[in-house]
Amino acid sequence: MKRETTIWAVIMLLGLLGLAGRAMLTSTGMGREYVRAVPVADGQWTRYDPATYGEFLGAEAADPAQSDVQLSWPRSVGLWVAAFFTLAIFSFLYRDNPFYRVAEAIVVGVSAGYWMVVGFWDVLVPNLFAKLAPGTIQSSVMPGLTGSDAGRNLWYLIPLVLGIMLLWRLLPTGAWISRWPLAFIIGTTAGLRMIAFLHGDFLAQIRNSILPLAVFEAGVFDVGASLTNLIMVVGVLCCLAYFFFSFEHQGVVGGAAKVGIWILMITFGASFGYTVMGRIALLAIRMEFLLDDWLWLIDPIGRRVGGG
Amino acid sequence: MTAFLIGQWWLVMIVVISLVPLFRKISREGLFDALVSLDRRWIFLVMLWAVLVPIYYIGVTGDTFPEVPSALAQATFDEIEALEPGDRILLAFDYDPASEGELGPMATAFVRHAAEKHLKMYFIALWPVGLQMIDETVSRVIESDFPELVYGEDYVSLGFKSGGEAVIKVIVTNIRELYTTDSRGTSIGEIPMMEGIENIQQMDLLVNISAGYPGTKEWVQYAVTPYPDRIRLIAGATGVQAPLLYPYIPNQLPGLLGAIKGAAEYEKLVTDAYGGENPDPKYLEGLRRMGPQLVAHLLIIVLILIANVLFFTSRKREASG
Repeated sequence: MKRETTIWAVIMLLGLLGLAGRAMLTSTGMGREYVRAVPVADGQWTRYDPATYGEFLGAEAADPAQSDVQLSWPRSVGLWVAAFFTLAIFSFLYRDNPFYRVAEAIVVGVSAGYWMVVGFWDVLVPNLFAKLAPGTIQSSVMPGLTGSDAGRNLWYLIPLVLGIMLLWRLLPTGAWISRWPLAFIIGTTAGLRMIAFLHGDFLAQIRNSILPLAVFEAGVFDVGASLTNLIMVVGVLCCLAYFFFSFEHQGVVGGAAKVGIWILMITFGASFGYTVMGRIALLAIRMEFLLDDWLWLIDPIGRRVGGG
Repeated sequence: MTAFLIGQWWLVMIVVISLVPLFRKISREGLFDALVSLDRRWIFLVMLWAVLVPIYYIGVTGDTFPEVPSALAQATFDEIEALEPGDRILLAFDYDPASEGELGPMATAFVRHAAEKHLKMYFIALWPVGLQMIDETVSRVIESDFPELVYGEDYVSLGFKSGGEAVIKVIVTNIRELYTTDSRGTSIGEIPMMEGIENIQQMDLLVNISAGYPGTKEWVQYAVTPYPDRIRLIAGATGVQAPLLYPYIPNQLPGLLGAIKGAAEYEKLVTDAYGGENPDPKYLEGLRRMGPQLVAHLLIIVLILIANVLFFTSRKREASG
């Protein structure tokens, strides 16, 4: 056995022993989820809301025979699965390995399945089927579909036909038919976005860049605001100069372009800093999950306090 | 800190033992050569400890780092603070669990602030999983701490609608065209707080919590820009997205919370205003998460400095032969 394999085998064995010890030998244990049974519709059926270990301890202290707050095996298994997949994904940082590949494949598969289900129930059913066959949809899956919304709207046959045409590309012949709805989608989207960008970004940004270089607040010269506006206006002009290729970047234009590069670099640096902050936040929440929800090593919001 | 280190000796032992091979490499090869040929996985390991240890420290001690709200966080807070009880606020949760670490604390703080101000809350989502984010936040804040608020009268979840910016474009003029029921399947006509609501221009404020597309950019383009006098928008965005939204400040976007730092600042403002002497720890998530941010950022700064020193030293050595 290679030395590296031996070291990893020992580390994983120690980790498993540590988990087993914490789960079985400590007073609190770890990695369990609880639910509270809530009777619904005069007790005809029961809903299980998430509960905390602290609430379980409280309920047990009040009545040791209670069954309102109870251990949830499905949720507990889900918690352990989530912890396993978190560690499996992290394992890629060391090296590509089967655990990572299994986790990656499951993420992709679950996402694809989820999007298909969402596409059917949240897009096709309410936006298409409910318009074409409101009675059937209302009686089967959307009881809230009433009043003027429950009327049949045959205009929605057009998107139905376009949708079928779009799926035609899956057939061995006549793939060109799918190009017509595709052209419609591209044309509509391009038109919609062009107006929005022209109006919301291009014109609005020009207006936002025309700022007073001398700001007076209640008749008094505001140095800070004036300086901010000056930097903003000079920055915009210098960045524009950098992207201005009709003149050679020499003299005044060249100097302004150089300042523009510096401003762009500072902007990229700020963006990178923000991105780093975001990524660390994502790492932090996974760590919190492992330490708090799974290992029960920390309890920042007091979910496992209770029972006197 | 000393008491923490003594009490948690086992953690210190694990950290030190995990770094022993690195120390051995440095002692064997010398600092410069060891760092030049350093395997990137050592950096991953050090980053892991830089994030994990502060989380553990804060989780055990309950301490948080001091936070000073920026002008942008203050402006965001002021936008909600300026509303009167009974005013309408539309909360668009355009994110999913992948961004919950950054945006969850913002969502919690926004909903709590709105609930404290007794605003009428209308929740919608342009992301499919946004509905679950709404449900979780409503459960965490409204159902547990504001049980007096009644669904349908004080808050309503209109759920997810597909279509991205097209949804915004439609509901700006006619919300009933797309929203026929709420997320529970109840007809819009049977919900008291939907009475008289024809479009989102009737909202006193829009709050968007955004992780990407569709998100704040689309709300600015399709809601605020066409109706600048009627629609006012504030937003909370991920760190990746925030720099792209700065050009909209302040005319098109008077308030913006960027990443976990923005969340922590806003949490501080809301907690100071409404938290009392012993604020509930669940409203301090962002502040707690600034601990690992601080240590990890310091580590990155140190690594950048070391890498530059190594680069220039190597170049100098090569030049001198």
